[in-house]
Amino acid sequence: MTIEAGLGTVANYVDERTGAAAWMKKNLQKVFPDHWSFLLGEVALYSFVILLLSGTFLTFWFDPSQREVIYDGGYAPLEGLKMSAAYASTLHISFEVRGGLLMRQIHHWSALIFMSAIVAHLLRVFFTGAFRKPREGNWIIGIGLLTLGIVEGFLGYSLPDDLLSGTGIRIAEAIIQALPVVGSYLSYFAFGGAFPGESFIPRIYTVHVLLLPGAFLALITVHLMLVWYQKHTQYPGPGRTEKNVVGYPLMPTYMAKAGGFFFIVFGVIAFLSAVASINPIWLYGPYTPGQISAGSQPDWYMGWLDGLVRMAPPIETHAFGHTISWNILIPGLIIPGILFTGMALYPFIESWITGDKREHHLLDRPRNAPNRTALGAMSLTFMLVCLINGGNDIIATHFSLTINQIMWFTRFGVLILPPIAFVVTKRLCLSLQRADRDLVLHGRETGTLLRLPHGEFVEVHEPISPEKTYLLTSHEQAPALELPAVDAHGVKRAGGLRNKLRARMSIANAETVTKVSANDLKEIEHH
Amino acid sequence: MKRISQYRRHKAAGPFLLILALLAIGTTFNVASAVTSSQTKAVDRSVLIEEGRQIFLKGCSSCHGLNAEGGQIAPSLIGVGAASVDFQVGTGRMPMADMNTQAMRKAPLYDAVETAALAAYVSSLAPGPEIPAESSLNYERDGSTAEGGELFRNNCAMCHNFAGQGGALTQGKYAPTLMGVSPKYIYEAMITGPQSMPVFSDKTITPAEKVSIIKWIKAAENEPNLGGASLGRVGPVTEGLLGWVLGLGILIGVAVWLAMKAR
Repeated sequence: MTIEAGLGTVANYVDERTGAAAWMKKNLQKVFPDHWSFLLGEVALYSFVILLLSGTFLTFWFDPSQREVIYDGGYAPLEGLKMSAAYASTLHISFEVRGGLLMRQIHHWSALIFMSAIVAHLLRVFFTGAFRKPREGNWIIGIGLLTLGIVEGFLGYSLPDDLLSGTGIRIAEAIIQALPVVGSYLSYFAFGGAFPGESFIPRIYTVHVLLLPGAFLALITVHLMLVWYQKHTQYPGPGRTEKNVVGYPLMPTYMAKAGGFFFIVFGVIAFLSAVASINPIWLYGPYTPGQISAGSQPDWYMGWLDGLVRMAPPIETHAFGHTISWNILIPGLIIPGILFTGMALYPFIESWITGDKREHHLLDRPRNAPNRTALGAMSLTFMLVCLINGGNDIIATHFSLTINQIMWFTRFGVLILPPIAFVVTKRLCLSLQRADRDLVLHGRETGTLLRLPHGEFVEVHEPISPEKTYLLTSHEQAPALELPAVDAHGVKRAGGLRNKLRARMSIANAETVTKVSANDLKEIEHH
Repeated sequence: MKRISQYRRHKAAGPFLLILALLAIGTTFNVASAVTSSQTKAVDRSVLIEEGRQIFLKGCSSCHGLNAEGGQIAPSLIGVGAASVDFQVGTGRMPMADMNTQAMRKAPLYDAVETAALAAYVSSLAPGPEIPAESSLNYERDGSTAEGGELFRNNCAMCHNFAGQGGALTQGKYAPTLMGVSPKYIYEAMITGPQSMPVFSDKTITPAEKVSIIKWIKAAENEPNLGGASLGRVGPVTEGLLGWVLGLGILIGVAVWLAMKAR
């Protein structure tokens, strides 16, 4: 019996009992569009798989306990010191377990890459408008995954109970305590008593290895099923409409590509883990509340939060026997809360401003949505300024600056630079639109100079291809919403202030360089 | 003499004479030098102090005052002790090149003899911490790495970083890296508290504990990079940078390549 015949028998056996053939045929031929930026989410997915595998390996030896032990392992500079079993077992994994240090580094590097891939994927989705109807729900799930990733990463960073992770937990405790009224009670509840206590690490271990990975798996499944069901968005171009998907079938093209890409992601992470040290906990030493190291930092995805806390001026109020630490409360809870809520609600805010309730499967080129692109650049600038302040001590020593300079720069910069980024980006987008218009109207500059009989020099322009013309003229340019203050009967409409705000934002949003219309194109052809 | 001279052609005569001569010279030198050193110590010291005063007048007095009493821009040196001078001048921090923030480590301007003279002069003004004896700095023999590490994390890491790489202080001041600093200077820094550093007296950290700290710093200096490239041993900032630039950078490159192949 040949292999084909054998496979056929097995397939037939399964199909006769499950009726899977029709379903498989339909779904294996499902078409996906092709673009490098569509692979960013895949990087996140694959690093999550690597996190699960390497994390499982680490649980075989990690002892999530704050029980005090005296170290007698192989690392001489810590010999005989008192430490928690969690820290001692992490040292054991690093130095005595075969391949343990490599696995720890794979786990940590893939966590960093997981988070940066999520952020890069989020930026792609935002700037191309892929979150629009019908994908608002999936956008919110994505924001949920980002938030979970930040929490999960922080818990992982806290588990080894080294000096750095203990410092991080100390700050988390401060943020919990900053909650007015309930803060101190919540802190006692979370730590099972006073900081650091003996229950925190066992508790966050359960959350880190059971609860959050479970939530991740569930949300990722829904995230991917929605992509499947709603179909993938595609970039505009000839032959691509709101009603079709142009690309390659899942089987065999994407099966091979995605499968290969998984191993490339694994390979890059393994390479990084083999050549570059990450979180060398043996150098940090065991955690004791009395100790701290200069330049203590969180991992990068928490760095912007740390930067916000570092730049907050020391403001506190005392009322009714309670202290409210605004310097922790505002940067640690209120601002992140506003940012993440705003981010989750953005699809609804944008559709409210544009009045656009239609489905969108074709992506926007970022320049054709200047307001959205500018808003994205503004948020990025905000994050970047905060992130810079998060590393202010390292930047100060390595670039011969002073911490105070950086702090004051970021204190003002965090307010001034984002609006500047907004204006500059919007203008850049409009300029690019203008350049597109010129290209369609006058063609490509060839660099060939021609001297006319009367002596004038002109540059020869060459018409661009019809495909390119289509790409540059196919997008929609919706006019601003008309929201008159009074209706047809001269009666003032309800919600006047809201309408006014909406009308103003809509006008700003509709600001654009008029694209070349079909009539203009016909006229050009006549020439 | 004839009885001796008949052996003058003996084959052992040469080596024998050589050994005799070496013994004689060695013994004479030993005796003579012991005598002179004990005799001239007092004289030497006053000469050394005078030498130091001359160097001080030329190189230091414009800021520290003609009698080391200090001035508007520099502190008094009366009572700072020989250890302080040895540290500041020996590591090149003094004379200062840039008065903006703090004296930085650089190639020393004065050689060992001149530094010793300056130290002798300053310590003659008033008693202060003395330069530690070479025998008390034998960290290989006397120290304990683990205890030193614990002391380091309790007392030093908050400024000098967990691995002694240095760190930032306010207004551009900084705690310098401790890598490549000789044990004597580390010890002197602890007992004199240069720049922004506090003094760790022998009551706070005993001399034995200081030697342990030095032992740990030296262990950290020689510690191999167990996990691969150390990325400066400054924590997650450089890790995050590498993760974005190299990690995600390579993967985006691969993604672009994968999407290109399809066309």
